[in-house]
Amino acid sequence: MQTIFALATARGKSGVAVLRISGPEAHEVARRLSGDLPGPGRFALRALRDAAGAVLDEALVLRFDAPRSFTGEDTVELQTHGSIAVIRAVEAAIAATGLARMAEPGEFTRRALLNGNLDLAQVEGLSDLIAAETEGQRRQAQSLFTGAMRDFVEDTRRDLLRAAALIEATIDFADEEVPVDVSPEVGALINGVIAAIDGQLSGFDGAEKLRAGFEVAIVGPPNAGKSTLLNRIAGREIAITSEIAGTTRDILEVRVDLQGLPVTFLDMAGLRESEDRLEQIGVARARERAAAADLRILLQDGTAQGAPFEPGLEIDLTYRTKADLTGEGVSGLTGDGVDRILSDVADRLAGRVTEGTVASHDRHRQAMQTARGALELAERAFTAGEGAEIIAYHLRDGLAALDSLIGRVDVEAVLGEIFAQFCIGK
Amino acid sequence: MKHERFDVIVIGGGHAGAEAAHAAARAGARTALVTMERAKIGVMSCNPAIGGLGKGHLVREIDAMGGIMGLAADRSGIQFRLLNRRKGPAVRGPRTQSDRALYRAAIQDLLADQPNLSIIEGEVADLIVEGGRIAGVRLADDSELPTVAVVLTTGTFLRGVIHIGDRRMDGGRMGDRPSQRLAQRLDALALPLGRLKTGTPPRLRSSSIAWDGLEMQPGDDDPTLFSFLSRAPSVRQISCGITHTNAKTHEIIAANLSRSAMYGGHIEGVGPRYCPSIEDKVVRFADKSSHQIFLEPEGLDSDVVYPNGISTSLPEDVQADYVHSIAGLEQAEILQPGYAIEYDYVDPQALDASLELPALRGLFLAGQINGTTGYEEAAAQGLMAGLNAARQARGEGPVILGRSDAYIGVLIDDLVTRGVSEPYRMFTSRAEYRLTLRADNADQRLTALADGLGLIDETRRAAFGEKMERLAAGRTVLENARFTPREVAETGITINQDGQRRNGMELLAFPDVTPTDLAPLIPELDEMQPEIREQLAIEALYKTYVDRQSRDAEALRRDENQVIPDALAYGEIGGLSNELRGKLERIRPRTLAQAGRIDGMTPAALALILTRIRQDERRRA
Repeated sequence: MQTIFALATARGKSGVAVLRISGPEAHEVARRLSGDLPGPGRFALRALRDAAGAVLDEALVLRFDAPRSFTGEDTVELQTHGSIAVIRAVEAAIAATGLARMAEPGEFTRRALLNGNLDLAQVEGLSDLIAAETEGQRRQAQSLFTGAMRDFVEDTRRDLLRAAALIEATIDFADEEVPVDVSPEVGALINGVIAAIDGQLSGFDGAEKLRAGFEVAIVGPPNAGKSTLLNRIAGREIAITSEIAGTTRDILEVRVDLQGLPVTFLDMAGLRESEDRLEQIGVARARERAAAADLRILLQDGTAQGAPFEPGLEIDLTYRTKADLTGEGVSGLTGDGVDRILSDVADRLAGRVTEGTVASHDRHRQAMQTARGALELAERAFTAGEGAEIIAYHLRDGLAALDSLIGRVDVEAVLGEIFAQFCIGK
Repeated sequence: MKHERFDVIVIGGGHAGAEAAHAAARAGARTALVTMERAKIGVMSCNPAIGGLGKGHLVREIDAMGGIMGLAADRSGIQFRLLNRRKGPAVRGPRTQSDRALYRAAIQDLLADQPNLSIIEGEVADLIVEGGRIAGVRLADDSELPTVAVVLTTGTFLRGVIHIGDRRMDGGRMGDRPSQRLAQRLDALALPLGRLKTGTPPRLRSSSIAWDGLEMQPGDDDPTLFSFLSRAPSVRQISCGITHTNAKTHEIIAANLSRSAMYGGHIEGVGPRYCPSIEDKVVRFADKSSHQIFLEPEGLDSDVVYPNGISTSLPEDVQADYVHSIAGLEQAEILQPGYAIEYDYVDPQALDASLELPALRGLFLAGQINGTTGYEEAAAQGLMAGLNAARQARGEGPVILGRSDAYIGVLIDDLVTRGVSEPYRMFTSRAEYRLTLRADNADQRLTALADGLGLIDETRRAAFGEKMERLAAGRTVLENARFTPREVAETGITINQDGQRRNGMELLAFPDVTPTDLAPLIPELDEMQPEIREQLAIEALYKTYVDRQSRDAEALRRDENQVIPDALAYGEIGGLSNELRGKLERIRPRTLAQAGRIDGMTPAALALILTRIRQDERRRA
């Protein structure tokens, strides 16, 4: 096992930079730079020197001993001043020991996974947490990172294990004093787990959107005030977290943190028939993008006469604009009613996020669907009065699928459940 | 003094030893079975029964490979019962009550009839080791038996201690001498050992039991036998009695718990959860006011009854008290008190999948010494150890059955990969491929394979070949007969009118369609042997699952085919946790699939191992 190191904070000027060294030689590497080390789990201020003895920086040295570290290995963290030159010099001194190499991206986390400090879902949670930009995302990622998926699997697994044990007991201990008719409990257990999975699956879309971000399309006829509104949204006191140039030059995106939800507003070409080839393409793209968005806001030009504009799209919220001219509706120019738009949008989107949904990655959805499929077959075999061995077969499939979310299935676990509950043995 | 030279020497004449010696001789090795007392070969030291769920599967597989346990059980069976008769065929288990004396005689006859096999009476005092591998055994009289391979099947003889209440004595079974010298020899190998315990009930005099008032359980009307060669029971069939413990029994036991060897702290070994002592039952399941007891006669002419369900390590006077509190046993005379026995076993993770001990090449271990319980588990290991010892002596590679091939494969893989924490017993739920590994098709799964290994005699080969032909012919008839739903419905079978034509096998796959229902459509069914007809119906019932399992097994086989070199340096694989590395170094899995079954193994770690194997291969290339 090689010792690895990397800068754990962002590269560039900052107050403090953290360099992490992990692996069997981590302590030795640090010792070569700092002299002696503080005790396990402690820190100390040390001068870092290169091989020639020249001082590189004064740093806080933090020592962790396996397995009590993030990676589960011996680890040292060096908190240096956040200077580009200092970091470069310290990195060079570490590499010069010949005992450690530069870590590959994600390698510290991979080691944490291999050493069992994190399960697979926790790794996903950690990566979400690092990417989180809003409070909603942070809460979601934090829950996955702290083991919410493991809790879900353990809860459902306990019920399925109990169901499997009941069934297996009637098979393997037929001439023992085990309950003969286990059907009411087995049925209830299987259906309970199916319901729990359904809860996760129905919340999945919202949770996945919360993780990846919602899109809200602002549509309307040309000159209805769409860009004005977008500018107003961008200029308000909601944090703009990124401004991405549209994939097509006609679509403009503004990403904001809306009451904790990551929302990208899309400003697009006015929807109208046109002779202009270029505009036709823009309109077609706008329709496509708007249709795929999570929410569509239609802006009607408050000053327009005649019949209201027909966008040819399903619309979620409609507002009349140019209140500054007409005295009613909303105005991107003055900001009148924009708060209402934002809170309407936030309400609609928040309604799609179910509290307690852990399934937020496609991998989670697929495993849960596989489990559900197997449990449905078990339930069907059960209702049709098929053999216990057939029900057990499907239950085992379901357990394996759930376990793939974090771990693996084990026949000893089923037998353990049986022995804990029934008096087996003549 | 030097004896003639043998290829294989089997030490011990229990169920593992008998099967091992027979298999080794069949596989072409000049074989000797060494036992302390010739007359005790094939003794049933616990309850007089063979088979059951999972266990019956093992016996069928042993028989399909030409072994002797099934034949002996059939010759001595006095109460045949197919367990789970009302459940699916995959989980039905044949079982019989055996006449102890007849069983022992059958085993001894079968061994005597086997060419290539000598039986030597004597105590093995030591193993002869030359150049780091087995070269022979030394007997207590200092004579030597040179050999290439040894199969050690010494059961509970390793530091066996018997407990009756606070009385304790050295010994394997009651009245047998323990093999202390051999135990010391094994100590020198520094094998990882563990300690287990098991118990027996007091034996009762049959004529002192009031049978009249007891519920009686007869055998099946149409007995299901073990051997694919047997047709009907050989001897008269009898019934077993059933009685129950009661509140008074439990009171007596609870009041005397401190005098039990188990509860008095005299025993450190771990007992099986599925075969608890009556003390255990009363303590752990305090809410149950009564436990069932089967009164099993030990033979047709025997006056001994084995009361199955009340094994104990209480002192003799307490045993008498609680026995007399039970209905029908008020006047029962105890012929031999129940006792608990503690013994050492060798952690089977120290074995490789051929049951050989890498620490001492040429030494194979089988049976209870590997931490298992049960005659059937012992015999199954004996069969494979004897076969592999013979093959090693003949310069041939080992034969290893996979988890998707046989319960025997499940058993041995569980032992060598996961070890044991209590006496290991087979259950059908241990087999992932349960719907494929059935008692009814053990011959189809294993007999041709065993024939290729030289294990099958002419009689069995002919019978098997004929059965396969009949099955194939029947299958063809059923597959070629196709009917519209309308035609099917006209015979009274309820079927979806979906316009789909179905053949005979597909129709039999419906859970409620029997061959009799189909006879009006396929008259040939009436002409088939009942056995063949029933076999085809079972095949049809499980076809979709068996097909699916065989695809799963295919994936497993890919991993099984990825051999892990013995010399793989786990210490140099970056990313393996210390815990996993320790397990890998101890168990030394033979294949990637086996590594995957190690407790706590992760997919990520498997990927690392595979990567390392590939790197090593490239480096050598």
